[in-house]
Formats: sequence, C-alpha cells, structure tokens
Amino acid sequence: MAALLDSLAAGFDGDGARKAALDAALRDGLPGPRSEAWKYTPLRALERRTFAPVEAGVAPFDPALVADIPAPRLVFVNGVHDAAHSDVDALPDGVSLVLGEADPTPRDATADTRPGDDVFANLNAALARTGVTLRVAAGATVAAPLHLVFIGAACGSDRAWHLRHAVEVGEGASLVLAEHHLANDAHRHLDTATLSLRLAPRARLRHARIHDAADGATSFLRTDAMLGEEAEYRRLDLELGTALSRHELNVRLEGDRARVVANGVLLAAGKRHLDTRLGIEHVARDTACELTWRGIGTGRGRAVFHGGITIHEGADGSDANLSNKNLLLSAGAEIDTQPVLVIHADEVKAAHGATVGQLDPDAMFYLRSRGLPADDARRLLTVAFMREPLGVIESDALRSALEARLDAALASMEDTR
Amino acid sequence: MLRIENLHASIAGREILKGLTLDVKPGEVHAIMGPNGAGKSTLGNILAGREGYEITEGSVRYDDGDLLGLEPEERAAAGVFLAFQYPVEIPGVNNTYFLRSALNAQRKTRGEPELDSMQFLKIVREKLAALQLDDRLLHRGVNEGFSGGEKKRNEIFQLAVLEPKLAILDETDSGLDIDALKTVAEGVNALRSPDRAFVVITHYQRLLDYIRPDVVHVLADGRIVESGGPELALQLEEHGYAWIRDRVTPEAVA
Repeated sequence: MAALLDSLAAGFDGDGARKAALDAALRDGLPGPRSEAWKYTPLRALERRTFAPVEAGVAPFDPALVADIPAPRLVFVNGVHDAAHSDVDALPDGVSLVLGEADPTPRDATADTRPGDDVFANLNAALARTGVTLRVAAGATVAAPLHLVFIGAACGSDRAWHLRHAVEVGEGASLVLAEHHLANDAHRHLDTATLSLRLAPRARLRHARIHDAADGATSFLRTDAMLGEEAEYRRLDLELGTALSRHELNVRLEGDRARVVANGVLLAAGKRHLDTRLGIEHVARDTACELTWRGIGTGRGRAVFHGGITIHEGADGSDANLSNKNLLLSAGAEIDTQPVLVIHADEVKAAHGATVGQLDPDAMFYLRSRGLPADDARRLLTVAFMREPLGVIESDALRSALEARLDAALASMEDTR
Repeated sequence: MLRIENLHASIAGREILKGLTLDVKPGEVHAIMGPNGAGKSTLGNILAGREGYEITEGSVRYDDGDLLGLEPEERAAAGVFLAFQYPVEIPGVNNTYFLRSALNAQRKTRGEPELDSMQFLKIVREKLAALQLDDRLLHRGVNEGFSGGEKKRNEIFQLAVLEPKLAILDETDSGLDIDALKTVAEGVNALRSPDRAFVVITHYQRLLDYIRPDVVHVLADGRIVESGGPELALQLEEHGYAWIRDRVTPEAVA
C-alpha cells in the first residue's frame, strides 16, 4: 500500500457512501504503469510522501493576497472556510450559497477508465466534508463575478485537504465565476477538489480559474459539467503554478445546441508538471465545442495536454474545434500533447491541431529589424502567443485582470529560465 | 553612407552574392533591378541582419562603421530600415504598441528621450494622413489580416514613423495595383531628403516611374553588372533581362 494513500485515509471518519468510495480508492490503488490516462504523469515520487489532515481553525495569511479581489468573495485557507475574509453579504437576487456537507455520491466513471484512474476523485468523495454549493434561480442574471479564493499557507508539516463543490445554473440564468488558487508562502501541501456543474437549458456560465499555487504544491481537480439545451459554458484556465497540477475537465453536451468554449494556458516553468485532460462529449445534436490551449515548456517544466472529444451516435451537426499550440523554450523541458477525436455520428465538423515549436524566427527578425532588442521581441511574441486563449473572457475588466496575472507569471518565468 | 565592397555571401553552402560592390551617398536613391534569383532580396536581408547567411568575403561599411558586426536592432537604431517583401503577420501584438516600443528602443539606444503616448500619437496621425492609411489598422495585430496592399503601406508607414537614414525597399511594388503603387511612391518621395538614402529593389521598371532614382543598377548572378541613370531602367524594360545577360556574359567568361 502506498504511503500516500495510507496517510490520506488516516484522516477518514465517515461511513456509508463515503466508506464505499474510500474502499474503492484503497482497493484500486494509484494508477498503474499501464494506465493511458496517467501515462505522462507518473506518481512514483508522490506515492512515497505523506500528508496529515488539516487541523481545525483557519491558518493565518497575508490579507494583501485578497485585497484586489472584490466582493462577493468566499475565502478558504488550507481548505477551511475563512469567514473573516469572506464577504458574501450582498449576494445578488436569485443566488443561493450553501457551505457545508458535501454530497459524497461518486461521479460516473468515464467509459474507458481503468482501476486506479479515478483514485483522486474517489478519495475526494470519501474525504471531502465541505465545499460550496451555489444555485442560481431560473431567469436570474448575475453580471458581477462571484470570486472563490483558495489559499494555501505553510503550517509546520505537509497537509492534505479535500473540497467538493457544486454549481447549478437555472434555466435561462447566467453567472460569472472566478476561482483564484493562491499561495501565501512556500508549502508542499496536497489538495483534491471536484466541481459538479449543471447548466439548465439556455443557462450561461462564464468561469475563469487562476491556478497560481505554491511551487511545492500538488493539486488534483476534476470538473464534471452537464449542459442542457442551448446552454453555453465559457471557461478559461490559467495554470501558472504548483509542482504538480492535474485537471480533468469533463463536459457533456446533453441538450441540443449546447456549446462549450474552454480555453487555457499551461505555463510549465521551473520544475512544474502541469497536466490537463479534456473530455468533451457531444451527446445531443448541433452541439459545439471550441478549445484553444497554449503551453510553454521551459526550465525543467513539463506540460501534458490531452484533448479528448467524443461525438456520440446521434449527435449530428456537432462542431468541434481544438487547437493546442506549444512553445518549447529549453532543452530540459517537455511537452506531451495528444488530441483524440472519436466520432460516431454523421454530418459533423471536427478540426484539431497540435503543435510544439519555437518562436517564429521570421517574426523575431521582423521585430528586431524595427529596433526591438531580442529579449523584448521574445517577450512580446511570447505574451501574444499565450494571451490568445484569454479572448474567451468577454468582460474587459476581468480579461484585463487575467492578462495582468498572466503577464506577471510570464515575467517571473524569465527569471527562472 | 553605405559602401559595399566585393561582397560574397552564401546560404546553406550555396553562393548567392558573388562580389557585389555598391556605393550609396546621403540623399541618393539607388534602384537595384534584376531577374529572379539574382540575389536582390539576399542583399536586403544581409543589410538588415537576417540570420542564416554566411559572409565569405568582402565588407559592408555604414557611416564609417562595420555594418555586418551589428545585431539587427543595432542596425535599426543606427538608421537602417528594411521594408520587407513579405511583411510578417504577428497576431496578438498590437501594431501601435509595437511601433512605439520599437521607436523608443531606437531612441534609447541613441541616447534620445523616449516619447510618451501623446507625443507618439501626434506623429502617427501626421504620417497616417500622408499615407491615406485607415487608422483602424493601427489597433489590429501587426499585419494581421491585412491585404497585400495594406501590408506594403504599413511598411512605408513604419518607415515614415521611424525616419531611418538608409531605407531599403525590397520589392515594395510587388502585388500592388496602380493606385496603391502611387500612394506608396508618394509616401517614399515625401521622405526623400539630403541626408536620407534609399535603395529600391525591384523587378519591374514601373515603380521607377513614380520614384525617380539617381542611379540604376542591374544585379545579375550575384554581382552588379551594369550601372547607369534612369534611362537604364527603360532600356531594361524594352529589351528584358536577356539583353543584359547577352551583354555581360562574354566579359564574365573572358
């Protein structure tokens, strides 16, 4: 038995469905060497590490971290809700927010999983005792972003915590959600999180997630979204930090004309290992997905991208577009990109492209020939390349804030190169 | 200002320039004509500092310094400008931001004060009006989605804003209709001055109807094989490049 699983299970005090999820996790163990889903993210080093459960009480952190994040805002520190720094007094009409007992029902395993592939989702079902449950009533329109802030703070030893969130957007309703995962200081904690999203017919969700956690941190996140008829989900993920981050983003387009635009950035600098695994399922007719991802591998960083799109039988008229372009900026870095398109329907449009390369030498020469020093030209081209996915965010204010975060991360990347 | 002597250059082991000599003085406009594959674009690229060329012999002096030892951005700051035959599209890099950064980088290198955005915009407006360029292009990515004519006019617009001392135009006329050609030529003519020199590389004589050169050179097989006044361009137009080949080949053999 892996030391990792033993240490995580030591904090368990549940029964029923939770016990069943834990038993499944311990029975299956970590994904084995034959697992396709974990092929590029080996867990050998993590397997030997141990993490203690988080103690009661909120760990202190520097309030400057959240100073620029406006209300309504919900803050968690090491997985514990921090009421003092949260501000959800003025929630818009139609929004209900409940903190507390998480539903431990395990999510459906995807069809082609092997034992162990879902270990962190199972652990999360067993061990998560809390999370955010957010409901937007039918027809309610919420334009101002709701901010969820997750802070990791050092506290003596390596800790683990688990959160389980659910968001339901009612028929014709709309919501803007911004998630911030931030580090107070250097730490090597581990967290798992699952987010269940349900978009009713014609619901709209705009969702940005900035993952800028500590360089030593480990994160396992799984998002499962279901979209009803004509629902639209626009999402951006900025993976800017952590030692190991794995995000499984599963979106089922269950209603006709449902549409997902999910873009993201993987900034694999230093020794980061960033793994994003998309699983988009076109179930209904005339559904659409648009996926624009950009990655950088520099230092000894590693970016892993799996773009899985399945167009099921009967999902005629589906339109799928996937673009994953990467810059490999150093010899010690690695990028593994794998678009996987499975089509079981007729009359569909599907396009995908994945590239790994360097900055365009013609563009470099063009900029330098106008007087820009080589470093400035490189920076300008890199920023332009990485900013492209941010176009998914329609709000100028939110997009500018995200651009600033990305630019700062790119600037600090140059220092570590 | 520019003195090229016996320049030999190759790319990937193939010799393109085979002893090119050229002397350009301030205020002069030199046209370089020649058949495809003669080395015209290679000359422009080498002067601007594109990587990949090996200089095996000869020298290029610019303002009494060694031009070939400078990085492309150092050449730009020293006043060398190349209008590209194929301007590069750079999505996501704003045209105005790029040009202001480039101008300020040049000014910084020369020890001149940098321009703030108000000062820069004033210059931009003046030059735009002169070139009849749609100012919406400024807010797009560099050359992103520009038509062929817009790209070429954008090159001349950059030339106007950066005010180099030596401007090299690499087939700026290619792909332009007659109206765009006139606009581009007017832009260039407005920039002619006693202390600025132009090297206009072209395949066709047409451009030279609008930009009147002081000297016309014929570049063939990596060397200047004939130089003369504007009338040389007309002769070329009349007889074609075969005429030059017939005239120079016997000498080359001898």
